[in-house]
Amino acid sequence: MNYTKSSIVFAAVIMSAQMAWAEEVRVYNWSDYIDEDLLSKFEEESGYKLIYDVFDSNEVLETKLLAGGSGYDVVVPSGTFLQRQIMAGAFQKLDKSMLSNMGNLWDVVQDRTDTYDPDGAYSINYMWGTTGIGVNVAKVTEILGEDAPIDSLALVFDPANMEKLAECGVYFLDAPGEIVPAALQYLGEDPDSKDLDVLAKAEPLLAAVRPYVLKYNSSEYISALANGDICVAFGWSGDILQSRDRAAEADNGVEIAYSAPSEGALMWFDQMAIPVDAPNPTGAHAFLDFIMDPENMATASNYVYYANGNLASQPLLEEDVIGDTAIYPDAKTLETLYITTPYDAKVQRFVTRMWTRVKSGT
Amino acid sequence: MNFRRIFLFSIPYIWLLALFLAPFLIVLKISLSDIALAIPPYTPTLDLSGGWVAFKDFFSQLDFENFTFLASDSLYWKSYLSSVQIACISTFICLMIGFPIAYGMANAPQEWQPTLMLLVILPFWTSFLIRVYSLIGILSQDGILNQFLLWLGIIGEPLVILNTNWAVYIGIVYTYCPFMILPIYATLTKLDASLLEAAEDLGCSRTSAFWQITVPLSKSGIIAGCFLVFIPALGEFVIPSLLGGSSTLMIGKVLFEEFFANRDWPVAGAVAVILLLILIIPIVLYQRNEQKMMEAKK
Repeated sequence: MNYTKSSIVFAAVIMSAQMAWAEEVRVYNWSDYIDEDLLSKFEEESGYKLIYDVFDSNEVLETKLLAGGSGYDVVVPSGTFLQRQIMAGAFQKLDKSMLSNMGNLWDVVQDRTDTYDPDGAYSINYMWGTTGIGVNVAKVTEILGEDAPIDSLALVFDPANMEKLAECGVYFLDAPGEIVPAALQYLGEDPDSKDLDVLAKAEPLLAAVRPYVLKYNSSEYISALANGDICVAFGWSGDILQSRDRAAEADNGVEIAYSAPSEGALMWFDQMAIPVDAPNPTGAHAFLDFIMDPENMATASNYVYYANGNLASQPLLEEDVIGDTAIYPDAKTLETLYITTPYDAKVQRFVTRMWTRVKSGT
Repeated sequence: MNFRRIFLFSIPYIWLLALFLAPFLIVLKISLSDIALAIPPYTPTLDLSGGWVAFKDFFSQLDFENFTFLASDSLYWKSYLSSVQIACISTFICLMIGFPIAYGMANAPQEWQPTLMLLVILPFWTSFLIRVYSLIGILSQDGILNQFLLWLGIIGEPLVILNTNWAVYIGIVYTYCPFMILPIYATLTKLDASLLEAAEDLGCSRTSAFWQITVPLSKSGIIAGCFLVFIPALGEFVIPSLLGGSSTLMIGKVLFEEFFANRDWPVAGAVAVILLLILIIPIVLYQRNEQKMMEAKK
C-alpha cells in the first residue's frame, strides 16, 4: 500500500517537474535593454517562469541560432541579421491570432522593417535608433571653435578635424556594418552598396582617420564619454544618451550631446522573433504580446531611452523621451535616415577584411 | 594480458578518442566543406539515412579550397607568425620567472612548502576572466601602475601599456606562470640531494653543480612547463582581445572574426586545423628525440 502511495507521489513530482519545465519562457535580449520590473510583471500576469538571458553582439546571437538548438523562445536580432537568419530558416512564423496587441505597432517603423521581414511575418519591432556622433560639447568647441561641425560626418571623417580631436580622444564602434555605410554616405555613394569597387572607396577615408582613433570598441564609449576620458564617440544613439545621463547624474561638468549626422544616419531596428526550434512557442507569443502592451512598452522605453515601434505607447512616454529629437527624430530628420540590407558571404568577407586592414594595418 | 589491465590501459585511449580525435575529425570535416546560409551554416552535411550513395556523394563534395584560400592572404600567416612569437617570448619569460620561484620553493624549509604551494595556486580561486579584467584597471593610463610610478617619480608621463602588445605579454605571463612553476617544482622536489653532495665532494662548485645536475635533472619539468604555457598562449583569445590593441595580431582573434563576423565556419575550421598542426609538430619531434635517446641508452 505504502509502495503504491509513494510511487504515485513520485510520479506526481516527476510530472509537475516536467510541467514546470514546459512552463518556462526563455528570452535572449541585448544587455541593459529592459526595465527589470517588467520581467517579474510578466511572470505574475502570465504564470510562466521567465528565464532572461543577455548578449552584447548580433554575431554571438547569430552563431547560437545557426548552430541550432539554442533553447531560447524569444531572441532579439537587428534588422539585417534578422533578414539573413530568416533566409537560413532560423525562425518560425508568428501566429497572429495569439498576438492581440499587434494593432498597437507603428506603421512608420513597420514600413521600414518590412524590408527585412515582409509583413512582419516573423518578427515584431522592439526598439530602434540611429548610429551617430556623441560629443563632449565643451571640449570639442574649445578645440574646433564655436562652429565645430558636431552634427556632421565631417567631424569624424575629415582628417583635419580628427587630427585636432585626437588630443582629447575619439572612439569608433567596432562594427564595420555601421561605419562603412556611414563612410560611403559621406562620400556621396550609396550606403547600402554591395559593389566591391564602391565599398573599396571607404577604405582610404577610414585609413586616413585611423591614426587619430584611440580605440575601436562597441561598448566602452558609454563610460569613457561620461567620465570625460574621450570627447567624441561614433556610436549608437541610446548608448550615447545613457552616457549623457550618467554624466548629468555624476554632476562632473561633462555635457554630452548626440546628433544623427545631417548627411543622413543609419537607422537600425531590433526585432523580437521566435526560433524555429523554440521549446515553448506559446509562451513566446505570450511574451511578445506582453511587450506590445502600450503600458509595458512605454515603461521599457522610459527606462532605456530608445524609441520603440509601438504607436499606442507614445502618449505614455515621458517628455524627455518622446520630446527628445535625438530619440524620436522630427519628420525632416526621419527623411534623411537610411537603412541597410545584409551582405552576402563574399561581400561580408571583403568588408571584414577591409576593416581588419584599416584597424591593424595588415 | 588480463581483462583488468586492458581496461586500465584503454581508459586514456578512450578519453583521447572521444574528446580529442572525434572533435578534431568534425572540425576537419567542416574545414573541407563550403559556407552556406542554413542551419548549420555549411554544406554538405552528412545524412546517414541516405545510405552508401549519400556517403559517397558527401565525400565527393569536400575539397581543400579553404586551405588554399588561407595561403592566398597574408593576414593568416602573419597572424600565425605573430602568435608563435608572442607565445615563444611569453614562455621564455615564464621560464625565467618560474624556475627561480620553483627552485626557491623546493629549497624552502619542509614545513613552509605547502603554504608556498598554496600561494602559487591561490590566483586560480578567482575567475580567469576577472583577473584579466582587473589588469585593465592596473595597466590603464590612469591605472594603479601608472599612478604608482608617477608617485615614485620614475616616469614624468603615464606610460601607454594597455591596448599594446606589452599588455598582452604581461597578461599571458601573469596568467600562465603557475603552469610553469608547478611541474618544475614537482621535479625539483624529487631531486636526490645526495647527488649534489657527491658533486661538491668531488670538487664541483655550487654553480656548476646547479648547471650540471639540477638543471638537466629538472629537464622533464621544464619541458612540461613550457608546453603547458606555450600551447594555450598560442591560441589565446581573451587576453589579446581585452588587453591588446587593434594592431595586436593573434590567431585566436582571427579565428573569432572568421567564426562570428564572417560566419564562415569552414574557413574557421581550416584556421583551427593549421593551428593544431603547428602545435603537434614540435610535440612529435620532441617525442621522437626522447625515444631515440632512450634507445641509445639501452
